[in-house]
Amino acid sequence: MAIMFRQETFRDDFTYRNSPANIHRFPFPFDRDEYAYSVNIEPHVPGRKGTIYESLIDVDEHYVAEMADRALVLKEDPLRYQALPHMMQAQWDVLELLMEQQAAGYPEHFSLTRNGDRWRWINRPLGIDDTFTFGARETLPYEPLEYIGRQTQGDLCIVDQRDNNLWMDAGLVTTQADWSLDFDVGMNFMEWHGPVPLAHGMGIFDRALKFLLNLQLGQPVRRFNWTMTVNPRLDTSPENYHKWGRDRTTVTPVNVGRKVHLRVELQTLWRLPRSNAMLFVIRCYLMSMEELVTVPKWARRFHRVLKTLPQELVDYKGMTRYRDTTVEWLSRHDDGAPTSPGIWPD
Amino acid sequence: MSATSTIPVRVSEIEPVAESIKRVRLERPDGRPLPPFSPGAHVVVSMNDGGRIRRNPYSLMSEPDDRGYYAISVLRAEKSRGGSAFIHDVLKAGDELTISHPVNLFPADKRGRKHILIAGGIGITPFIAMMAGFARDNVPFELHYAMRSRAHGAYWRDLVASYGAHRIKPYFSAEYQVLPVATLLENQPLGTHVYVCGPDRLTDCVLDAARNTGWPAANVHTERFLAPAGGKPFDVELIRSGITVHVGEHESILEAVEAAGIDAPCLCRGGACGQCETSVIACDGQLLHHDVYLSDDEKAGGRKIMICVSRFEGTRLSLDL
Ligand code: HEM
Ligand code: FES
Repeated sequence: MAIMFRQETFRDDFTYRNSPANIHRFPFPFDRDEYAYSVNIEPHVPGRKGTIYESLIDVDEHYVAEMADRALVLKEDPLRYQALPHMMQAQWDVLELLMEQQAAGYPEHFSLTRNGDRWRWINRPLGIDDTFTFGARETLPYEPLEYIGRQTQGDLCIVDQRDNNLWMDAGLVTTQADWSLDFDVGMNFMEWHGPVPLAHGMGIFDRALKFLLNLQLGQPVRRFNWTMTVNPRLDTSPENYHKWGRDRTTVTPVNVGRKVHLRVELQTLWRLPRSNAMLFVIRCYLMSMEELVTVPKWARRFHRVLKTLPQELVDYKGMTRYRDTTVEWLSRHDDGAPTSPGIWPD
Repeated sequence: MSATSTIPVRVSEIEPVAESIKRVRLERPDGRPLPPFSPGAHVVVSMNDGGRIRRNPYSLMSEPDDRGYYAISVLRAEKSRGGSAFIHDVLKAGDELTISHPVNLFPADKRGRKHILIAGGIGITPFIAMMAGFARDNVPFELHYAMRSRAHGAYWRDLVASYGAHRIKPYFSAEYQVLPVATLLENQPLGTHVYVCGPDRLTDCVLDAARNTGWPAANVHTERFLAPAGGKPFDVELIRSGITVHVGEHESILEAVEAAGIDAPCLCRGGACGQCETSVIACDGQLLHHDVYLSDDEKAGGRKIMICVSRFEGTRLSLDL
């Protein structure tokens, strides 16, 4: 079924909304009433129809608007795309993977035809019909990662594997929760995770790294991360902190429902065939508190998660200024009834 | 890690290429393209040898960009009754096998300015795809290739013909030629990487020489294969469920428990997340811990096991499941 793409903005007048159907397929990340860091990695296998797992690279009603926002960010700040020279082959791997997955999942919107190295890619929602030579940079208007990144929801990092570590050697990052590719590029797994509180001491990054070094072709994995954002803004980057940082002081008991958003990242990791590098997709989903409380189970559970969240995490996630106001507002939607297991609505 | 997804293939050609070495060409029976792979990668080939499943890893030596087929080379291991004997004596064109997706534990460093490849005997195989990659990307490399004799060595004539005598240096021990490891490793430009694949003697010799001449460890690479999933079969008694399940050679406890219709908690299925942690109620034998979740003390304590990857050898294992 064709997706109805919304016309909306992630800045200025913030017209972003979720349709009721999209709320129901929102990846609510909490399977219990409290949250702690863990090595929450599982096989990324296709899931039920009507969920975000239906296709391994999910495309939804926000696709067109998100791509327009990404183009604006890149225009203002070209350094959001960076790739070290040895990552060119991995870039082609990523282009192939994302074209194949999107064409397989949404044949009415995307198609890929290959004739040897001559490939034709049609992206109907964005009005693109390009023929190029796979492996020949000059036959595309951008480098392969930037080209396909401008046509894929979610930030993309390509990490190289060397010396029993992973290195962030390429990326296209415009929808990030307050971290910077320009700062992290060239760093290894432990270095770029440096700012995260508690998790290092819990051994989480040691285990996660060992697991990832063994990631196999054809067996992608996924995990959730989450935070909160005031206003449905995709680009909450350190580079633009001056534009969004003060939003955090604007939350009042009256506007919480509309302004405060749960921000969930569905992160998927894929071994790449030709380069042996790894693709890390960080797909961001936003849902306002008003939208969230339309699902009673989520309202109860998120209230409890937020209320009991350790202060270190509240501070690290940048929610210190508005957490209490949000908990107070959510408490009106929590009758204390028990919540069912799992993440899906009842 | 268990449960590697597999690819069905058919042998389209099998031919001797040197003394005791056969080259096997594999294609998909449905004609679809195989996944591209990175030079240095191997696949685990599963063979049904008269009802017994044998699994051996072999380096891929075909053109990495050619998705029409994979090629491997197999040396008949001396005194082998295992996979290599099966391939030499039984396997023929048209036979079907399954292979894992390619796995690369011996990749070339993409930032290397120059690459020195040191092969002994059948250890040549991963380098064939690597050299194709270096030649395509115009990266300087040299191959130093030790063989018993001209008849025992595979592919050396073709390699000299393709890449030139300045890049390909064969050494035949039958002619008293010695691969000069130590001098090779001296005075290499900064940013050079060295790779060795062959008998343990050769590998140790290269590692020693590299250490003695002050090579950074990150620039010295030795071939590794994926540790074979599985191990000896055993039985597990599940106390709460009141049944005993058999864990086969190529499955995990978790898979055996699931096959018996019992829901065990799990998430990553790779020994990292902690979800499948299970209490050991009785253990007469040894737990083989393969996870990265339990601490060393917990592993030594023997009261917990991660059933997605860890195994057991002994007479009796009872779990709280
Ligand atoms: C190659 C894959 C990965 C990349 C590129 C990546 C990247 C990042 C980055 C850039 C941050 C932000 C750090 C900052 O504050 O500057 C982050 C945070 C984090 N990462 Fe990763 N990561 C990867 C894999 C993982 C995995 C497998 C885990 C599994 C446990 C993990 C757990 C976390 C956690 C817990 C945080 C803190 C997030 C929060 O509380 O908001 N990461 N990661
Ligand atoms: S399922 Fe994750 S450790 Fe076993």
